[in-house]
Amino acid sequence: MSLMSLTAVELGKKIKAKEISVVEATKAALDQIEKLEKKLNSFVTVDAEGALKRAEEVQKLIDDGTLTSPLAGVPVAIKDNMCTEGLLTTCSSKILGNYKPVFSAEAVLNLERAGAVVIGKTNMDEFAMGSTTETSAFGETKNPWNTDHVPGGSSGGSCAAVAAEECAYALGSDTGGSIRQPSSFCGVTGIKPTYGTVSRYGLIAYGSSLDQIGPVAKDVTDCATILEAIASYDPKDSTSVKREEYDFTSALVDDVKGMKIGIPKDYFMEGLDHEVKEAILNAAKKLEEKGAVIEEFDLSLVEYAIPAYYVIASAEASSNLSRFDGIKYGYRTEEFEGLHSMYKKSRSEGFGAEVKRRIMLGSFVLSSGYYDAYYLKALRTKALIKKAFDHAFEKYDVILGPAAPTTAPKLGDSLSDPIKMYLGDIYTISVNLAGLPGISVPCGKDSKGLPIGLQLIGDCFKEKNIIRAAYSFEQTRKYESPDIALQ
Amino acid sequence: MANIISDETIEYVGILAKLELSDAEKEQAKKDMGSMLDYIDKLNELDTTGVEPMSHVFPVHNVFREDVIVNGDQRDIVLANAPEEKEGCFKVPKTVE
Amino acid sequence: MSKQYETVIGLEVHVELATKTKIFCSCSTEFGGAPNTHTCPVCTGMPGSLPVLNKKVVELALAVGLATNCQINQYCKFDRKNYFYPDNPQNYQISQLYLPICHDGGIEIETSAGKKVVGIHEIHMEEDAGKLIHDEWDDCSLVDFNRSGVPLIEIVSEPDMRSAEEVIAYLDKLRLIIQYLGASDCKLQEGSMRADVNLSVREVGASEYGTRTEMKNLNSFKAIARAIEGERARQIELIEEGGQVIQETRRWDDTKEQSYAMRSKEDAQDYRYFPDPDLVPVMISDEWISSIRGNQPELRNEKMVRYKEQYDIPEYDISIITGSKHLADLFEETVAICKNPKKVSNWIMVETMRLLKEHDLEPEQIRFSPENLAKLILLVESKAINGNVAKEVFEKVFDKDIDPEKYVEENGLKSVNDEGALRATIERIVEENPKSIEDYKSGKTKAMGFLVGQTMKEMKGKADPGMINKILKEVLDQL
Ligand SMILES: [Mg+2]
Ligand SMILES: [Zn+2]
Repeated sequence: MSLMSLTAVELGKKIKAKEISVVEATKAALDQIEKLEKKLNSFVTVDAEGALKRAEEVQKLIDDGTLTSPLAGVPVAIKDNMCTEGLLTTCSSKILGNYKPVFSAEAVLNLERAGAVVIGKTNMDEFAMGSTTETSAFGETKNPWNTDHVPGGSSGGSCAAVAAEECAYALGSDTGGSIRQPSSFCGVTGIKPTYGTVSRYGLIAYGSSLDQIGPVAKDVTDCATILEAIASYDPKDSTSVKREEYDFTSALVDDVKGMKIGIPKDYFMEGLDHEVKEAILNAAKKLEEKGAVIEEFDLSLVEYAIPAYYVIASAEASSNLSRFDGIKYGYRTEEFEGLHSMYKKSRSEGFGAEVKRRIMLGSFVLSSGYYDAYYLKALRTKALIKKAFDHAFEKYDVILGPAAPTTAPKLGDSLSDPIKMYLGDIYTISVNLAGLPGISVPCGKDSKGLPIGLQLIGDCFKEKNIIRAAYSFEQTRKYESPDIALQ
Repeated sequence: MANIISDETIEYVGILAKLELSDAEKEQAKKDMGSMLDYIDKLNELDTTGVEPMSHVFPVHNVFREDVIVNGDQRDIVLANAPEEKEGCFKVPKTVE
Repeated sequence: MSKQYETVIGLEVHVELATKTKIFCSCSTEFGGAPNTHTCPVCTGMPGSLPVLNKKVVELALAVGLATNCQINQYCKFDRKNYFYPDNPQNYQISQLYLPICHDGGIEIETSAGKKVVGIHEIHMEEDAGKLIHDEWDDCSLVDFNRSGVPLIEIVSEPDMRSAEEVIAYLDKLRLIIQYLGASDCKLQEGSMRADVNLSVREVGASEYGTRTEMKNLNSFKAIARAIEGERARQIELIEEGGQVIQETRRWDDTKEQSYAMRSKEDAQDYRYFPDPDLVPVMISDEWISSIRGNQPELRNEKMVRYKEQYDIPEYDISIITGSKHLADLFEETVAICKNPKKVSNWIMVETMRLLKEHDLEPEQIRFSPENLAKLILLVESKAINGNVAKEVFEKVFDKDIDPEKYVEENGLKSVNDEGALRATIERIVEENPKSIEDYKSGKTKAMGFLVGQTMKEMKGKADPGMINKILKEVLDQL
């Protein structure tokens, strides 16, 4: 059995027990990358040299007792929208194709304090805008379960890298489902924490009011452990929340007796693939068998989440991305006549089609005469959606449903019809609008052999409920990894 | 399609967003924006009278810094990624005629 | 008969707040400094950086709001104003549109036409932009972000002013209030106070406002007055010719005394304001407001009353000295050292004012310290130097803030107080001027002055005039 088939926590234990060295673990990850990158393209940047150097430093700190975290020495991959000091950070965009940040994201620093070894930066949809990782300026990432299919997105690189064992775990970011949906497509586990739990400092913003960083790993135990390491109150992020506690691992218990789980009927309507539906209902049954109380209910407003999301996210993005102008960093066009031509050409050449589409939409909905009708309307809808969830969580500890309506589509099938692609986020988006925590855990495969993800949604700051439910469910099945080497 | 996006609108939004689209991109943008807006118009089915627009999900307020200088000279860091630099400044095309 | 026009003016005044650090990061706000040395990832708009609000900014904005009789929005928010320009690193400015911190206030001004209240529509907090340096040789511009993120308040008046005189009175009053609060030094020359003028004209008696223009780049009271005259004339001429005023932003060129439209196809004035998702709302409690109110420093009116009770100096002097926070501070600090309010007031009212006028300076630009003025006054008091020497020394103090004690010592300006030597000189002069003695004896007091002058000349100006008088009288009366 390869070292890389271990979970992050298992690998950390072996390192701590001196059964293997940090350099060996790092090399194992780098070897796997070497073997698979041509097939998968999960990474934008692999920092073999930096990782090996860091591995030696971490080894010393473990040996002298400075580093005791369960993640010390374990190789991690970081989504390429999180700043890493001195290491290329591109957001998978040409406009940041040469950008080396001068500081690291707080979440990355938190991991480094825990002794993580960053091996590289993972591919993503450009600026996290997309659901397939096909909008990357550096080529699409392929699904390790079937390389004719997409890995999902926008954290497709992170999820594919974890599934393909190119790293022990990864960080992703989730604005409308970007951790949970690709986790579902790649058969791995990912958590989007409550808004404000993980600092956004150093995360290159897409939709600031929705963005959250979270873990992607092989199992729930890893995810809870990683979340414990990256979550922190950060005075540099005004939207960071001082939580009462940052303990997530104590929820890793196989016990859902009496837990009230609601299943929104609205999540099982038209558009949901029947194999996905079956797998989700099956998972619910497993939890029921373990003593959870399962009930169907009307969540309502589900179909309004996507339009509200696209207004809010696009508006924020149009403003967030205006700083990319060819002056302070990043791409500047070769030839131009005057300032405005420099702006326009740099941005038009630097951004890809999907990014431009959302910047145009966002600029439009904020423009004079449309602000009330579109932007304020969307913020009001958001308030109603939040209220609907508040109401649901008065009755239920956890809401259960699919992470995505289908399994991973084929490469090239989604981009032609943006609205169809956007509809794929129907189960994940409202969670971001309401700031809630959500997890996707593998719960089966379809007849094509592609993974299906179960989504569990908790009330704000109630990560422990979804971690407990997901952990309990996880005990009913065995983790499966794609046999990519045979393909 | 209910929302018809005119050439002028695309031109105008291009000025706001500082994006220059080719003719083919403009046609595509008109189509995309029109259909996105049609889809967004679905929100009009919802009665939101009396609902406060919600920008932040949590009622967090008064997050402040104290007025204490922490940062020193970071010029080299700040200029490290500049496409063009001159005399410690970012160099840009002339801004006045 | 030609029509009569009324000018309608509103002002947008930007004031840089006197904080140590910028509004959203911990960089210094100090003026000057090599380009980009007071910058960080936040105030240069680096990807991933986030703003955190400086509490002091809210406190100073509140203080100004309360002192200008504003209502406070106890729930206020920041919005993004989106526009592309190289001095604006994020290509949006963090400002306040929907819920500014203060609104609906006003201050009373006094002009030759009497007293009136100018309304304040709102005061909002925002960040300043960087500086563009135009490089003529290289045909490019250079961006320095040292000023980027320096906290500003923008005070938006109602269109309540009708003349340049009212505008200047309003600005003066506003400046004084803000200086007294210690919220800003309000230096127009350094740009820590800037005014944009919104101006329209209408026929006298008309109820609707005309179309207004906004004028920028006004960096002195004189430029503001000239720009108002110029723009008024331009608009009237346009209307008389049957044309129409266009709502636009214009740039005033004070050397050419002309304004220019700043329009371009690329600057659609559509700022797409929306609440900044990176910042949380500010909640201002009643307690916070009353503590700001309670800690407000002595304002001008209170100071005037106190001066009258405490210092026994003329009311006219009080009004001039308290007319500038800087002068008032200088006065009080000097009095604290030399304990002679009348003399201090005199030096400020006469010599200081004379030199300010001569050099075309504002009181805020006074560079000398209270210590050195006090030393000078004490030198005169102790008769170490006489009045004429003192005036000469003061010019040096005014210019270079020299230490008067040292200066007098080094330049041998001390009064000659050796009575014997002085008496000998006087006796000689009297002897050489028999005509004057006759005049004196016949009651012509002018002769006395002549002899004093001659003696002073002989003593190279360093004698104490009182002593000359006394000895001279003795000598003459003995004859
Ligand atoms: Mg402003
Ligand atoms: Zn700064």
